[in-house]
Amino acid sequence: MKELALHLLDIAENSVAANAQNITISVLFNTEQDLLQLSIEDDGKGMDAERLQRITDPFVTSRTTRKVGLGIPLFKAAAESCNGSFDIQSALGQGTKVTAIFQESHIDRMPLGDLKSTLISLLIGYPDVHWVLKYGFNGNIFEFDDAPIKKELEGIALTEPGVLGFLNEYIASGITNTRSS
Amino acid sequence: MSKVKSLADLKRVREEALKKQEAKNTANKIQIVIGMGTVGIVAGARETLKAILDFIEKENLQDIAVRQTSNIGMDSWEPIVQVVVGDEPSVSYGKVSAEVAKKIMKEHVVDGNIVKEYVIETQ
Repeated sequence: MKELALHLLDIAENSVAANAQNITISVLFNTEQDLLQLSIEDDGKGMDAERLQRITDPFVTSRTTRKVGLGIPLFKAAAESCNGSFDIQSALGQGTKVTAIFQESHIDRMPLGDLKSTLISLLIGYPDVHWVLKYGFNGNIFEFDDAPIKKELEGIALTEPGVLGFLNEYIASGITNTRSS
Repeated sequence: MSKVKSLADLKRVREEALKKQEAKNTANKIQIVIGMGTVGIVAGARETLKAILDFIEKENLQDIAVRQTSNIGMDSWEPIVQVVVGDEPSVSYGKVSAEVAKKIMKEHVVDGNIVKEYVIETQ
Protein backbone atom coordinates (compact mmCIF):
# COMPACT_ATOMS: atom_id res chain seq x y z
CA MET A 1 0.00 0.00 0.00
CA LYS A 2 1.16 3.49 -0.78
CA GLU A 3 -0.61 5.45 1.95
CA LEU A 4 -1.13 5.03 5.67
CA ALA A 5 -4.74 6.10 5.08
CA LEU A 6 -5.22 2.94 2.99
CA HIS A 7 -3.96 0.83 5.89
CA LEU A 8 -6.47 2.59 8.15
CA LEU A 9 -9.24 1.76 5.68
CA ASP A 10 -8.12 -1.86 5.54
CA ILE A 11 -7.90 -2.32 9.31
CA ALA A 12 -11.25 -0.57 9.85
CA GLU A 13 -12.77 -3.11 7.44
CA ASN A 14 -11.66 -5.80 9.91
CA SER A 15 -13.54 -3.95 12.66
CA VAL A 16 -16.68 -3.93 10.53
CA ALA A 17 -16.24 -7.65 9.82
CA ALA A 18 -16.04 -8.17 13.61
CA ASN A 19 -19.56 -6.67 13.88
CA ALA A 20 -18.41 -3.49 15.63
CA GLN A 21 -21.08 -0.85 16.28
CA ASN A 22 -18.66 1.91 17.28
CA ILE A 23 -15.33 2.47 15.54
CA THR A 24 -12.89 5.26 16.35
CA ILE A 25 -9.92 6.07 14.13
CA SER A 26 -7.17 8.25 15.57
CA VAL A 27 -4.39 9.99 13.67
CA LEU A 28 -2.12 11.89 16.04
CA PHE A 29 0.91 13.83 14.88
CA ASN A 30 3.44 14.93 17.47
CA THR A 31 6.24 16.62 15.57
CA GLU A 32 7.99 17.73 18.77
CA GLN A 33 8.52 14.09 19.72
CA ASP A 34 8.80 13.11 16.05
CA LEU A 35 5.93 10.62 16.32
CA LEU A 36 2.87 9.69 14.32
CA GLN A 37 0.41 7.44 16.11
CA LEU A 38 -2.42 5.70 14.27
CA SER A 39 -5.06 3.63 15.98
CA ILE A 40 -8.36 1.91 15.25
CA GLU A 41 -10.51 1.01 18.21
CA ASP A 42 -13.72 -0.99 17.97
CA ASP A 43 -16.31 -2.72 20.12
CA GLY A 44 -16.56 -5.77 17.86
CA LYS A 45 -16.38 -9.39 18.84
CA GLY A 46 -12.66 -9.30 19.71
CA MET A 47 -10.21 -12.18 19.86
CA ASP A 48 -9.08 -14.61 22.51
CA ALA A 49 -5.45 -14.66 23.71
CA GLU A 50 -4.44 -17.53 21.49
CA ARG A 51 -5.77 -15.93 18.32
CA LEU A 52 -4.37 -12.56 19.29
CA GLN A 53 -0.92 -14.07 19.55
CA ARG A 54 -1.12 -15.40 15.99
CA ILE A 55 -2.92 -12.48 14.35
CA THR A 56 0.19 -10.85 12.90
CA ASP A 57 1.02 -14.08 11.07
CA PRO A 58 -0.03 -13.69 7.40
CA PHE A 59 -1.33 -17.26 7.38
CA VAL A 60 -3.98 -16.41 9.95
CA THR A 61 -7.24 -15.00 8.64
CA SER A 62 -10.93 -15.16 9.48
CA ARG A 63 -11.88 -15.01 5.81
CA THR A 64 -13.32 -18.03 4.08
CA THR A 65 -12.50 -17.12 0.49
CA ARG A 66 -8.73 -17.48 0.83
CA LYS A 67 -6.34 -18.80 3.43
CA VAL A 68 -4.05 -15.80 3.90
CA GLY A 69 -4.75 -12.39 5.40
CA LEU A 70 -2.20 -9.67 4.82
CA GLY A 71 -3.80 -6.55 6.25
CA ILE A 72 -2.39 -6.64 9.78
CA PRO A 73 1.08 -8.04 8.90
CA LEU A 74 1.50 -5.29 6.26
CA PHE A 75 0.50 -2.54 8.70
CA LYS A 76 2.86 -3.96 11.35
CA ALA A 77 5.75 -4.14 8.88
CA ALA A 78 5.11 -0.53 7.81
CA ALA A 79 5.41 0.71 11.40
CA GLU A 80 8.40 -1.44 12.30
CA SER A 81 10.34 -0.36 9.22
CA CYS A 82 10.02 3.26 10.45
CA ASN A 83 11.64 2.83 13.83
CA GLY A 84 8.14 2.46 15.26
CA SER A 85 6.05 -0.09 17.05
CA PHE A 86 2.85 -2.04 16.66
CA ASP A 87 0.37 -3.29 19.22
CA ILE A 88 -3.01 -5.04 19.31
CA GLN A 89 -5.14 -5.21 22.42
CA SER A 90 -8.20 -7.40 22.24
CA ALA A 91 -10.59 -9.36 24.40
CA LEU A 92 -13.40 -11.67 23.35
CA GLY A 93 -16.71 -9.83 23.37
CA GLN A 94 -15.14 -6.48 24.17
CA GLY A 95 -13.44 -5.28 21.04
CA THR A 96 -10.04 -4.64 19.58
CA LYS A 97 -7.60 -1.74 19.49
CA VAL A 98 -4.84 -1.69 16.89
CA THR A 99 -2.10 0.90 17.38
CA ALA A 100 0.83 1.66 15.09
CA ILE A 101 3.47 4.22 15.97
CA PHE A 102 5.86 5.68 13.40
CA GLN A 103 8.90 7.90 13.60
CA GLU A 104 7.23 10.83 11.88
CA SER A 105 10.31 12.00 9.98
CA HIS A 106 11.54 8.52 9.02
CA ILE A 107 12.65 8.36 5.39
CA ASP A 108 10.60 5.19 4.82
CA ARG A 109 7.43 6.48 6.44
CA MET A 110 4.62 6.36 3.93
CA PRO A 111 2.65 9.57 3.54
CA LEU A 112 -0.62 9.66 5.45
CA GLY A 113 -2.37 10.10 2.11
CA ASP A 114 -6.01 10.79 1.50
CA LEU A 115 -7.51 10.42 4.98
CA LYS A 116 -10.70 12.19 3.91
CA SER A 117 -11.44 9.60 1.20
CA THR A 118 -10.74 6.78 3.65
CA LEU A 119 -13.22 8.23 6.14
CA ILE A 120 -15.90 8.96 3.54
CA SER A 121 -15.54 5.42 2.10
CA LEU A 122 -16.25 3.99 5.53
CA LEU A 123 -19.09 6.39 6.36
CA ILE A 124 -20.86 5.66 3.09
CA GLY A 125 -20.03 1.97 2.95
CA TYR A 126 -21.18 1.15 6.47
CA PRO A 127 -23.86 3.65 7.47
CA ASP A 128 -25.02 1.51 10.40
CA VAL A 129 -21.69 1.87 12.20
CA HIS A 130 -21.04 4.87 14.45
CA TRP A 131 -17.79 6.41 13.14
CA VAL A 132 -15.47 8.80 14.93
CA LEU A 133 -12.24 10.28 13.57
CA LYS A 134 -9.78 12.06 15.84
CA TYR A 135 -7.16 13.98 13.94
CA GLY A 136 -4.54 15.63 16.10
CA PHE A 137 -1.60 17.81 15.29
CA ASN A 138 0.67 18.76 18.21
CA GLY A 139 -2.24 18.88 20.64
CA ASN A 140 -4.83 20.51 18.36
CA ILE A 141 -7.63 18.03 17.81
CA PHE A 142 -10.27 17.82 15.09
CA GLU A 143 -12.93 15.34 16.12
CA PHE A 144 -15.38 14.15 13.52
CA ASP A 145 -18.38 12.26 14.85
CA ASP A 146 -21.02 11.08 12.39
CA ALA A 147 -23.80 10.69 14.99
CA PRO A 148 -25.02 14.33 15.00
CA ILE A 149 -24.93 14.40 11.20
CA LYS A 150 -27.04 11.26 10.88
CA LYS A 151 -29.42 12.60 13.52
CA GLU A 152 -29.88 15.80 11.52
CA LEU A 153 -30.51 13.83 8.33
CA GLU A 154 -33.11 11.55 9.95
CA GLY A 155 -32.73 8.67 7.53
CA ILE A 156 -31.73 10.57 4.40
CA ALA A 157 -28.76 8.71 2.90
CA LEU A 158 -25.22 10.08 3.17
CA THR A 159 -24.99 9.58 -0.60
CA GLU A 160 -27.36 12.50 -1.26
CA PRO A 161 -25.30 14.90 -3.41
CA GLY A 162 -25.73 17.79 -0.96
CA VAL A 163 -24.61 15.62 1.95
CA LEU A 164 -21.54 14.38 0.04
CA GLY A 165 -20.58 17.99 -0.61
CA PHE A 166 -20.98 18.81 3.07
CA LEU A 167 -18.88 15.82 4.20
CA ASN A 168 -16.08 16.62 1.76
CA GLU A 169 -15.86 20.22 2.82
CA TYR A 170 -16.34 19.64 6.55
CA ILE A 171 -13.65 16.95 6.83
CA ALA A 172 -11.16 18.72 4.56
CA SER A 173 -11.42 22.01 6.45
CA GLY A 174 -11.30 20.23 9.83
CA ILE A 175 -7.99 18.61 8.91
CA THR A 176 -6.51 21.74 7.34
CA ASN A 177 -7.47 23.97 10.27
CA THR A 178 -5.99 21.53 12.78
CA ARG A 179 -2.66 21.57 11.00
CA SER A 180 -2.49 25.32 10.53
CA SER A 181 -3.77 26.65 13.86
CA MET B 1 -28.42 24.31 -4.54
CA SER B 2 -25.96 26.44 -2.62
CA LYS B 3 -23.12 24.78 -0.71
CA VAL B 4 -23.88 23.06 2.58
CA LYS B 5 -21.48 24.23 5.22
CA SER B 6 -23.01 23.58 8.60
CA LEU B 7 -25.10 21.00 10.38
CA ALA B 8 -28.06 23.37 10.24
CA ASP B 9 -27.83 23.45 6.44
CA LEU B 10 -28.25 19.68 6.41
CA LYS B 11 -31.92 20.17 7.35
CA ARG B 12 -32.44 21.91 4.05
CA VAL B 13 -30.69 19.10 2.17
CA ARG B 14 -32.95 16.64 3.95
CA GLU B 15 -36.14 18.48 3.02
CA GLU B 16 -35.13 18.81 -0.61
CA ALA B 17 -34.19 15.13 -0.78
CA LEU B 18 -37.54 14.13 0.72
CA LYS B 19 -39.44 16.22 -1.83
CA LYS B 20 -37.55 14.61 -4.69
CA GLN B 21 -38.09 11.12 -3.30
CA GLU B 22 -41.81 11.66 -3.14
CA ALA B 23 -41.88 12.70 -6.77
CA LYS B 24 -39.85 9.74 -7.92
CA ASN B 25 -40.81 6.18 -8.77
CA THR B 26 -38.78 4.11 -6.33
CA ALA B 27 -39.00 0.98 -8.49
CA ASN B 28 -35.88 2.17 -10.28
CA LYS B 29 -33.79 2.48 -7.16
CA ILE B 30 -30.11 1.95 -7.87
CA GLN B 31 -27.71 0.07 -5.65
CA ILE B 32 -23.94 0.05 -6.11
CA VAL B 33 -21.70 -2.33 -4.15
CA ILE B 34 -17.93 -2.10 -4.13
CA GLY B 35 -15.44 -4.70 -2.85
CA MET B 36 -13.18 -3.15 -0.22
CA GLY B 37 -11.07 -6.06 1.10
CA THR B 38 -7.28 -5.78 1.36
CA VAL B 39 -6.81 -6.83 -2.26
CA GLY B 40 -9.48 -4.43 -3.47
CA ILE B 41 -7.91 -1.56 -1.53
CA VAL B 42 -4.44 -2.29 -2.92
CA ALA B 43 -5.94 -2.47 -6.42
CA GLY B 44 -7.42 1.01 -5.99
CA ALA B 45 -10.98 0.41 -4.75
CA ARG B 46 -10.99 3.57 -2.61
CA GLU B 47 -10.26 5.71 -5.67
CA THR B 48 -12.97 3.84 -7.57
CA LEU B 49 -15.48 4.59 -4.82
CA LYS B 50 -14.33 8.22 -4.70
CA ALA B 51 -14.93 8.54 -8.46
CA ILE B 52 -18.46 7.12 -8.01
CA LEU B 53 -19.26 9.52 -5.15
CA ASP B 54 -17.78 12.50 -7.01
CA PHE B 55 -19.97 11.60 -9.99
CA ILE B 56 -23.09 11.42 -7.80
CA GLU B 57 -22.27 14.80 -6.30
CA LYS B 58 -21.35 16.49 -9.57
CA GLU B 59 -24.33 15.16 -11.52
CA ASN B 60 -26.67 15.63 -8.55
CA LEU B 61 -28.01 12.05 -8.72
CA GLN B 62 -30.65 11.29 -6.08
CA ASP B 63 -31.48 8.08 -4.29
CA ILE B 64 -28.47 5.92 -5.12
CA ALA B 65 -27.45 3.44 -2.43
CA VAL B 66 -23.70 2.80 -2.24
CA ARG B 67 -22.43 -0.04 -0.10
CA GLN B 68 -19.16 -1.81 0.57
CA THR B 69 -18.42 -5.46 0.95
CA SER B 70 -15.22 -7.21 1.97
CA ASN B 71 -14.01 -10.36 0.24
CA ILE B 72 -15.74 -11.18 -2.99
CA GLY B 73 -13.19 -13.89 -3.73
CA MET B 74 -12.14 -12.88 -7.23
CA ASP B 75 -8.86 -11.16 -6.45
CA SER B 76 -7.56 -10.86 -10.00
CA TRP B 77 -10.65 -8.83 -11.00
CA GLU B 78 -10.35 -6.19 -8.27
CA PRO B 79 -11.55 -3.49 -7.94
CA ILE B 80 -14.98 -5.04 -8.37
CA VAL B 81 -18.20 -3.02 -8.58
CA GLN B 82 -21.72 -4.42 -8.68
CA VAL B 83 -24.63 -2.41 -10.04
CA VAL B 84 -28.29 -3.25 -9.41
CA VAL B 85 -30.97 -1.17 -11.12
CA GLY B 86 -34.46 -1.74 -9.71
CA ASP B 87 -35.58 -5.32 -10.28
CA GLU B 88 -33.05 -6.00 -13.03
CA PRO B 89 -30.40 -8.71 -12.47
CA SER B 90 -27.24 -7.41 -10.82
CA VAL B 91 -24.24 -6.74 -13.03
CA SER B 92 -20.67 -7.22 -11.74
CA TYR B 93 -17.83 -5.24 -13.25
CA GLY B 94 -14.15 -6.09 -12.85
CA LYS B 95 -10.92 -4.05 -12.96
CA VAL B 96 -12.92 -0.91 -12.35
CA SER B 97 -10.46 2.00 -12.20
CA ALA B 98 -11.69 5.50 -11.38
CA GLU B 99 -11.99 6.16 -15.13
CA VAL B 100 -13.99 2.97 -15.74
CA ALA B 101 -16.20 3.82 -12.76
CA LYS B 102 -17.12 7.16 -14.36
CA LYS B 103 -17.98 5.36 -17.60
CA ILE B 104 -20.19 2.87 -15.71
CA MET B 105 -21.93 5.68 -13.83
CA LYS B 106 -22.65 7.59 -17.03
CA GLU B 107 -23.58 4.71 -19.33
CA HIS B 108 -25.19 2.18 -16.97
CA VAL B 109 -26.50 4.13 -13.98
CA VAL B 110 -27.66 7.23 -15.86
CA ASP B 111 -28.40 5.94 -19.38
CA GLY B 112 -29.31 2.34 -18.52
CA ASN B 113 -26.84 0.61 -20.88
CA ILE B 114 -24.58 -2.10 -19.47
CA VAL B 115 -20.88 -1.46 -20.17
CA LYS B 116 -20.22 -4.90 -21.64
CA GLU B 117 -16.43 -4.75 -21.93
CA TYR B 118 -15.99 -4.75 -18.12
CA VAL B 119 -18.71 -7.21 -17.13
CA ILE B 120 -17.47 -10.30 -15.28
CA GLU B 121 -20.71 -11.95 -14.26
CA THR B 122 -24.45 -11.40 -14.60
CA GLN B 123 -26.81 -13.02 -12.14
